[in-house]
Amino acid sequence: MITSLPKLLSATLITLKLLSVSLIVGMFLGLFFAILRMSKNIFINQFAYGYSYVFRGTPLLVQIFIIYFGLGQIEYLRSTFLWVILKEPYWCAIIAFALNTGAYTSEILRSAFQTIKPGIIEAGKSLGISSKIIFYKIQIPIAIRQSLPAYGNEIILMMKGTSLASTVTLMDLTGVAKYIISTTFKPIEVFIVAGGIYLFMTFLIHNLIKYLEKKYSFQ
Amino acid sequence: MELLAFGKTGWGDELFYATLMTIAVSVTAMLIGFIFALIFTPLKLSKYKSLNLIGNFYTTVIRGVPELLVIYLFFFGGSGAIMYVASIFGYFEYIEINAFITGSMAIGIISGAYSTEVFRGAIQSIDKGQFEAAKVLGVGKFAQFYKIILPQMLRLAIPNLSNVWQITLKDTSLISVTGLVEIMRQSYIAAGSTRDPLFFYSFAAVLYLLLTYLSMKLINRLEAKYSRGY
Repeated sequence: MITSLPKLLSATLITLKLLSVSLIVGMFLGLFFAILRMSKNIFINQFAYGYSYVFRGTPLLVQIFIIYFGLGQIEYLRSTFLWVILKEPYWCAIIAFALNTGAYTSEILRSAFQTIKPGIIEAGKSLGISSKIIFYKIQIPIAIRQSLPAYGNEIILMMKGTSLASTVTLMDLTGVAKYIISTTFKPIEVFIVAGGIYLFMTFLIHNLIKYLEKKYSFQ
Repeated sequence: MELLAFGKTGWGDELFYATLMTIAVSVTAMLIGFIFALIFTPLKLSKYKSLNLIGNFYTTVIRGVPELLVIYLFFFGGSGAIMYVASIFGYFEYIEINAFITGSMAIGIISGAYSTEVFRGAIQSIDKGQFEAAKVLGVGKFAQFYKIILPQMLRLAIPNLSNVWQITLKDTSLISVTGLVEIMRQSYIAAGSTRDPLFFYSFAAVLYLLLTYLSMKLINRLEAKYSRGY
């Protein structure tokens, strides 16, 4: 139990790397698609809706497998520069995670944008602020504050989601845990250690979000 | 399209049965989850600190640990645990548990943690007067929960339970790592033997979308039915 701890801790670094990179990319994707969702053009609007519907309605495992096993099958892709990225399981996992969390983030941000009171935007307009600055300096900060609790849950869900990277040969925390279980046949001990590490990360994320919520509360 | 033909030439019938298997596992897991929720919700709402602790431990641990890790625990540890119990009763032969049971149990425990949270929220939003009225009428604790609170709570819980159902349905794809032939596993087999992973995994995605879409329709109807009179 103790001897496996260093291995599991170094695998935790990979889990954290996967999580942070996909969250950052997913944040931008989510913001981009949330803006598309609010577009008045029905095609753009429906495209963004379709994106979030498909990625939220299918398991993450399917998404990873399509990107890792599926896209490699297209001959054309193999000859482009994209292949440098797509042949690496690490980048495939990150693409899948980012697209997945982007879909959830876009829904969270969209509902946050909708809860902004129209009076705030009108106040900005009456002060003569251009609509671009109203969006970037007023709407986005308020939306981010509004969506913090929901986004905290999404971070925790995504952290658990990174465990699926182990299905495409990446040795993240779950991957290493599975390897140790299958070589030592001590499932309960390894589960306690690996599960404890995950729980500790959940605890940290939970408290970080709580702190941010307090710091950026309107009072 | 010939890849999806029924019979020996295509994968249509295999994928059809795999879809049924996914539905069967999801429903079983959801029901197992309900059983867990019915046990742990009263614990979480109990006035005894030690019982609260047990309830909170269950929901915190299960919701904070990846589903895949829980599945590995059951897959690798399940038969060992059963054999240990059997050895106490003097049975030392090797016991192998069916992948369906292991999978449903693992997903069921996960889904149970989410259902517990949903039930807890629903019970807490029931008017206090209902509890007091039951007490005044001399209804026992047990009957109060199962005959008065539970039926009212279900109506409030349906929208959130539909989320739990979606999570459970998607989580069943993870059981494919244990070898149970559901949608994901069958697509993996088909993709391996035809060397056409893009088509089969995309088709699997379509099947999951179809399942989530149809179940949403069904749940919306159920919701309308249970909120009659409100």
